[in-house]
Parts: sequence; structure tokens; C-alpha cells
Amino acid sequence: MTAEVGTTAPAAGTEQPPGKRALSEGKRAERKLAFWLCAPAAIVMLAVTAWPIIYSIWLSLQRYDLRFPAETEFVGLENYITVLSSPYWWTSFGVTVFLTAISVAIEFVLGFALALIMHRTIVARGLIRTVALIPYGIVTVVAAFSWRYAFTPDTGYLAQLIAPDSALLTERLPAFSIIIVAEVWKTTPFMALLLMAGLALVPDDLLKAASVDGAGPWKRFIKVIVPVMKPAILVAVLFRMLDAFRIFDNIFVLTQGAQQTGSVSVSTYNNLIKGLNLGIGSTMSVLIFITVAIIAFIFVKGFGTAAPGSDDGGKR
Amino acid sequence: MTMIGTATPRRKVQWSLLDLAVVIYALVPVLWIVSLSFKTKETLNDGNFIPRSWTLQSYIDIFQTTEFLRALVNSIGIALISTLIAVVIGTMAAYAVARLEFPGKRLLIGVSLLVAMFPQVSLVSPLFEIERALGLFDTWPGLILPYVTFGLPLAIYTLSAFFKEIPWELEKAAKMDGATPAQAFRRVIAPLAAPGVFTTAILVFILTWNDFLFAISLTSTEASRTVPAALSFFTGASQFEDPTGTISAAAVVITIPIIVFVLFFQRRIVAGLTSGAVKG
Amino acid sequence: MAEIVLDKVTKRYPDGALAASEVDIDIADGEFIILVGPSGCGKSTTLNMIAGLEDISSGELRIGGARMNEKAPKDRDIAMVFQSYALYPHMSVRENMAFPLRLAKVDDREVREKVDEAATILDLTNHLDRKPSNLSGGQRQRVAMGRAIVRSPKAFLMDEPLSNLDAKLRVQMRTSVSKLQKQLGTTTVYVTHDQTEAMTLGDRVVVLRGGYVQQVGSPQFLYEQPANLFVAGFIGSPSMNFFPASLADNRLNTPLGEVELTDRVRRLLEGKDAPREVIAGVRPEHFEDAGLLDEPTRSGGATFRAKVDVLESMGSDKYAYFTVEGEQAVSSELEELAADAGATEVPETGSQVVTRLSAASTATEGGTTELWFDRDKVELFDPSSGVNLTYSG
Repeated sequence: MTAEVGTTAPAAGTEQPPGKRALSEGKRAERKLAFWLCAPAAIVMLAVTAWPIIYSIWLSLQRYDLRFPAETEFVGLENYITVLSSPYWWTSFGVTVFLTAISVAIEFVLGFALALIMHRTIVARGLIRTVALIPYGIVTVVAAFSWRYAFTPDTGYLAQLIAPDSALLTERLPAFSIIIVAEVWKTTPFMALLLMAGLALVPDDLLKAASVDGAGPWKRFIKVIVPVMKPAILVAVLFRMLDAFRIFDNIFVLTQGAQQTGSVSVSTYNNLIKGLNLGIGSTMSVLIFITVAIIAFIFVKGFGTAAPGSDDGGKR
Repeated sequence: MTMIGTATPRRKVQWSLLDLAVVIYALVPVLWIVSLSFKTKETLNDGNFIPRSWTLQSYIDIFQTTEFLRALVNSIGIALISTLIAVVIGTMAAYAVARLEFPGKRLLIGVSLLVAMFPQVSLVSPLFEIERALGLFDTWPGLILPYVTFGLPLAIYTLSAFFKEIPWELEKAAKMDGATPAQAFRRVIAPLAAPGVFTTAILVFILTWNDFLFAISLTSTEASRTVPAALSFFTGASQFEDPTGTISAAAVVITIPIIVFVLFFQRRIVAGLTSGAVKG
Repeated sequence: MAEIVLDKVTKRYPDGALAASEVDIDIADGEFIILVGPSGCGKSTTLNMIAGLEDISSGELRIGGARMNEKAPKDRDIAMVFQSYALYPHMSVRENMAFPLRLAKVDDREVREKVDEAATILDLTNHLDRKPSNLSGGQRQRVAMGRAIVRSPKAFLMDEPLSNLDAKLRVQMRTSVSKLQKQLGTTTVYVTHDQTEAMTLGDRVVVLRGGYVQQVGSPQFLYEQPANLFVAGFIGSPSMNFFPASLADNRLNTPLGEVELTDRVRRLLEGKDAPREVIAGVRPEHFEDAGLLDEPTRSGGATFRAKVDVLESMGSDKYAYFTVEGEQAVSSELEELAADAGATEVPETGSQVVTRLSAASTATEGGTTELWFDRDKVELFDPSSGVNLTYSG
């Protein structure tokens, strides 16, 4: 990265005499400035992500347990075999995929509804947008505690309302439902905001034209709004999927991963902090990283999702 | 999905009902935790949404424990420092991305996108090990580093979107007026970008303020544990007390800055969150 | 103050596109020079190269005798006025105007004096503490001018500075720009696509097309002696009328009838190896209502009858439009001019002719009138090269 920035590859014309093209002082100053401006950001990001991930690949090839440091040795892919053949890993992987799929699906529907309301309401638009931002801004742990207490027997208003006699958070399926409710509540507004930005790009004239052509509200939505918004939809879903895949806070507060409700993030954390097994923990880290990379790859290649900012918008 | 928004009374009522649904959706969980924080010990477990008797005791309790006060100081300090660093570094990079031509620009954008999507949990194990080796574990810098890192992509995207809206000719004008590129940045673009920078700071602050995973993984004592992490270790004023009230009060305290931001800067936050993501 | 010399200045983009090709212009100290041409002709690129905002691919730029190619804009000591004015929105009018001086580290007292002086010249004294967003278009334009003049630079560069103003204000500002330049005597390079501005403002005008200089000269000279079809069509309003014509035995056969060449034209054509088929050009103002002319004048030209399609009475003059059936004059230059004027959007058969007649003319819309044109003012062009065969300069 830094080396790449440093090289000056002149975009030379074809007719330039061989040898270095003399960039004018202004151009050279510009490149130099750009380099110095970007260097800190690039260095920090790489130092705190690339280095650890490479280090964790190295750790994942070792037997390395903080409780037994003397036994540390290079074991090749043994950790991967251990993790990938462990039902514990596959359970948490399945839980993560399940939670991601269900909550992103619900968020998409709710988010679209919320986006339409925020975009179209004729009453108190500012108020609605303000209020909708609260779930986005609130600390996840705080919201998770609110949901936890709401479903705690005796204490919670929802527990009394729904199932006064049972502890919902200690049963697997109800616990999942509550985790999903908490996750959906917190992140739907973000999805809605991204979709609202997409809605704003649908020209009003297009909708008028469609209704003059005889399309009803539903047809207009399916045939005009959704296709025009496709890029915004894909970006919103991709972002939320990758984010949902990292789900940790809600599960940690609501169930601590009990009753097999732990996601891969929870398992990795437990393995590290409770098990202190860095070799296995790093193996899980690498596997999660690969999974996320695959999801992103599928979206970008398969659906042509353009990453925000990747349009080379800096042209003059 | 009505077409042209003629505001007939009927429409207004319909929209009002939908608006009301949104308000209930967004506020009920927040009001619930507020309600819990004001309940007296006796009514804490009555399951009522609205407290029957009110007290400030939970708030008094938490502000008398060093555990909470220390965590609050940590939260505020770490979030402010991380935001400051991320915004300063991010502003520099975003300016380059939005305004300058240089080789490696796409790479920088690509790297920040990767970081934005990075599964933080993948960093927990290696960072845990690296920070222990470097003596950063359970210190402020130990948390500030990952926060700056994950704040940076957000800062770069949001800011470069804001920067692209500043009229390009102004920079040319500044150059013609005798400014070096650096002076053009400092004296013309930076003041114009200030609102965008401010918005970005709010977004990064919220991101940092919110973090839980790093906060519980990379800390072990009060020295650097932030409020979200401390909450999960809360035991109440004494070991044998039910911590529900105190946790709720602490939760309300750390929600206040968020509510303030949202109330006063709604427009900016919406603009900031959507600016980077609209272009598909 | 200084002279500016462009010596074979060329701008070639990395993709191979040629924006300016071997532009040679010698701008004298204190001269007001206009770069004019349709969009994409390279006038703005040329200006930006003088400013230092774009690199020069080859050739040399000298200001006050010193080579400038590698100098950053700030080291060239020139000021620029932008089409959008590019006022700093976060600074007051005073701060905007003071900005170049502050960058040059001029001391506070002098800054204040110079800004006040410029504000007096530009009648901005009452607006110094306002922000640009609170000013009218004309005031903003004046602030932009003020920012350029405060530091007494070697030269002013102006990039279509009046094109964002409404028509009436533009005429007013045009005269004040001209007065200001005379008063300051600073070398000025002014870019516009408006030929009226070019004619009224400049000491000399440079006409550009597709990155090539077509002709350089005083406005009057370009009007009277256009070097080629492009300049002839571009300069003058309404534009010159063009017809296909043929030359034989010192006679010119045009769709308006056959005329004998005057001695002057005949002499100019001699030795020019003129082809038989040419394009003839007559300016609208060289037509007249034949009924208004006395015999001697009348015999100096040719008369013909035409059915007037549209008659526009301007008070001082009348514009009569009629159509000449048959083929139109064809050349790439005329096509480009037509495209620039948006004429290709309108379907047409035959070619429309514009004439400017005296207010006393009795021509009526739909009626047939006897019209006259001056034989001696006919210009003849080579259809393949576009060169003016009657050019004497």
C-alpha cells in the first residue's frame, strides 16, 4: 500500500520523449501532498487489521494455549481440523447464518416500510426522522439490557404480557426470537436510511409517468421503484449482512450464548477469554474472516454491488 | 405509496397513525429502561411499564461507585480521543481522495472498504496477544487503536462525500490567489468542510461509544473498561443486590449524549450516513 | 505588468486528445486580448495553461520574458476571475478581497488600504462586511474582480466572467470591465464564447477552433478580413450568409443572380488559383431594400427579388429573412458553426438568408421585395480548405 502510493507512475502521453516526464511543480506537489495525507490513515488501518490477521494466520498454525505455554509448537492445519470437525463450531456457525438470514430479511421489509414512511410522510417528517435515529444511535448493550429486562420473568412488561409463567430467555427458540427482535429493532433504522437515500434518487416524474401509463401503487413499487433502487438495495443488504454476521453484543447480554444461541463471534470470544486457547481462537478468527470475504465477493461479483465511494468520483 | 401528497384530512390521519407506529417502535425500549432506572427497589420487579413510585436512588448509587465513575471517564476519554484522531487522519485522507489525483487512490478506497466490512472478532485473538506483548492490553491506547481503525473508513467515506460537494473552482481560485496546495486546504477547503467534519465526528463518536466487543476483550480492570463493558460486570451497590436498577440508570446515563446528538443534529446525521452509500 | 508569450504551446491529454495545438500568441504589455470560439475550441484550456492550472505538454509560456511552464500558479503572479466567481463562501467580501494579500504576507495596514481602494473603484464599499451569499450576481462579479485587482498582478485572466449574469447586466458590466482594464492598464486575457463580447472588449481577438488558432487581429480587422469561413461565420451578428457559387470570366454566379466581380475582388483573386466552385459570403448589413437606393449606389451592386418569410422590425433597422431554394453551401466549418448555434436541431430545406434593411424599407412579411447587395463586399471562400480567397491581410 504505502509502496504503491509512493511510486510515481506518470500518466504520460504517448509522444513523450523517453525518460522521465517532467511533471510540473504543481503536479508533483499535488502527489506529494496526497501521499502525506493518506499515509497516516493507510498505516493505521493496515497496522491494526492486516498485521493482526496475518499474525492470526500464523497463530492458527500453532498449538498455543495460554494455560500451557510450554506446549506451544507448530502444528500445521491441525487446529483447522479440530475446529471444522467440532460440532460446537458448526452449531455456532449455523446459529450465525440463521440469525443473519432471518434478521436481515425482516429488517429489509421493515426497513423499506420505514424508509417509505420517512420519505413520504406529510406529517412531522423531521420528527419521524429524528425518532427513527434513536435505535441507530443507542448503545447496543443498553438496548439489549432493555430487551433482557423486558423478557425477565416478573420484572418485564413483555414477559408478563406474553408468557407470565416461563423464562423465555432460557428456552432456545424463544431466546432466538428475542435476539432477532433486539437485532432488528436496533438496525432497521440504518437499513431504512440507506433505502431512503435510494428512494430519493427515484425521480417523481418517473412515478407520474408510470401512473399515467396505468400502473397502480404496487406495480409502481415493483416495476419502477425497486429496479431504480437496485444499487441502493444491494449496498444496504450487503452492509447489513456483513454487520449481522458479526452479531455479538445482543447475544452476549441476552443469553451469554447459552442454550446453543452463541454466534461465531461469541464462540471465538469465549474460546479466547474463558479458554485462553489462542491457537483455536485464531483459527476461528481466520475462518470468520474467510466467510465474510466470501459473502462480500459474492455480492460484488454476483450482483455487481458497487462499493460506496468506489465510483471514481474525484474527477475534475 | 401515495403519489402526489395532497394533504387531505383523511391522508393526514393515516400518516399520523403510521408516524405514531414509528414513534412507539423507536421509543418503547428506551422508555422501558428509563422507567426501570426510576423504579424503587420494591416496585422494580412488578412488571409495570410505568413506575408506581419514583426514585433517583439508582442514579445516586451508581455515581457513588468508582466502578461506574471510572468507566464513564474511560468511555468519554477514549471515545473523544479516538474520534479526534480518526477525524483528523480521516480528513486528510478524504481530502486527498476527493480532490487530488494520485496513484494508489483506488487501493486506499479498497482498503478502507475492507476494513469497514472486517469482522472485528477476527481481531480479538491476535490483538489480545499483540497488545499483551506491547504492554497495551487494558490501557486507553489499547482501545483507541482499534476504535481509530474502525472509525477511519466511516470518516473517509463520509468526508470524501462532503468534500466532493465543495465547488472545485474555489481551490483553483485559491491557487491563483497565491496559495500552495497545503494553504488551499487549510484556508479554503477546511473551513468549508467544517460542517462535514463535525457530522463525521458525531458518527465516529457514536460508533466508538457503542463498542462492546473490544471493550470486554482488551480490558481486564477498571483502568480502561468502558461503560458498555462495565455494565455487564455490574453487581449493584453490594454483591447481593439485584443490579437491574443500577444497570438501567447507568444505561440511561450513557444514552443521554446519543439522544442529544440525535435531537440537535438529525439532519446532519442522516446526510452523513447516507452520503457515502447512495452512489451505487 | 508584463507581456505574455505563448510559443507553440500545445496541450495533449494522456488519452491522445489534442486540446490546444501549437498556439502562438504574443500578448503585449497592457493589452486586452480575447480568446473566443465555440465550446471545445481550446480557449479555456489555453487560459488554464497560462494560469498554471493545467500542464503544458509542449511549447513554452513566457510571462515578462521568464519561462513559466514549471512554475506553480502562485509563483506566476497573475490573477484570475472565474465564471462561477469562486468566492469563498465562509469569508466576507473584505476577507475575500484580502485573501491574496494575506497569502503574500502583506502587512495589515497595507491590506486594509488596498482593499478599500479596490472597493472604491468597484463601488463595493458598502458591502465589505457581507458574505457572498447575500450579494446579487453583479455584486459577486465585482467582488471577484476586486479579488483579482487588489494585488496588482502582472496579468488578469478572465474565464467567461460575465456569462452568469442576465443579458442587461452583462452589457453594463462589459463596459465597466473595459473601463477598469483601461484604467489599470494591466495585461488581460479574456475567454468568452460570445462574439459580441469579443468584438466590443478586446484590443485584439484570437479565434480558436478545435485547438487551432484560426486568426488573430483587431475586432474590426477580423470582421472585414476574416481569414477563413470559420472566422467569417463566427464573427458578426447576425452571421454572414453563405451560398454556393461558381466563378467564370470574372463573373460570379450565385443563387441570387449573376454579378460581375469588382476590380478590387478581381485583383485579390489573381494568383490565388481560385477553383471554379466557391462559397460566396455576404453579411446581412450589406443588403438593402433596392427601392431606397439612388442610381449610383444601386449600380455598385446586384438586385434580385425575394419573398420575405419573416420580417423583424428592430426600430432602428428591419431584419428580413428569406429562403434560397437549392443546394446549401457545404463545408465542415459551416457545419461546426451551425452545430454551435444549435441550427442542426431545426429541419430546413434550402438556406435561409438574413438581411438587415433600413427602417424606411417597405418590405412586408409574405410580400415580394426587390433587394440589393453590395458587389464589393462579397467574400469568396475555397469550399475544400475554407480559405478566404478575397483575403488581403
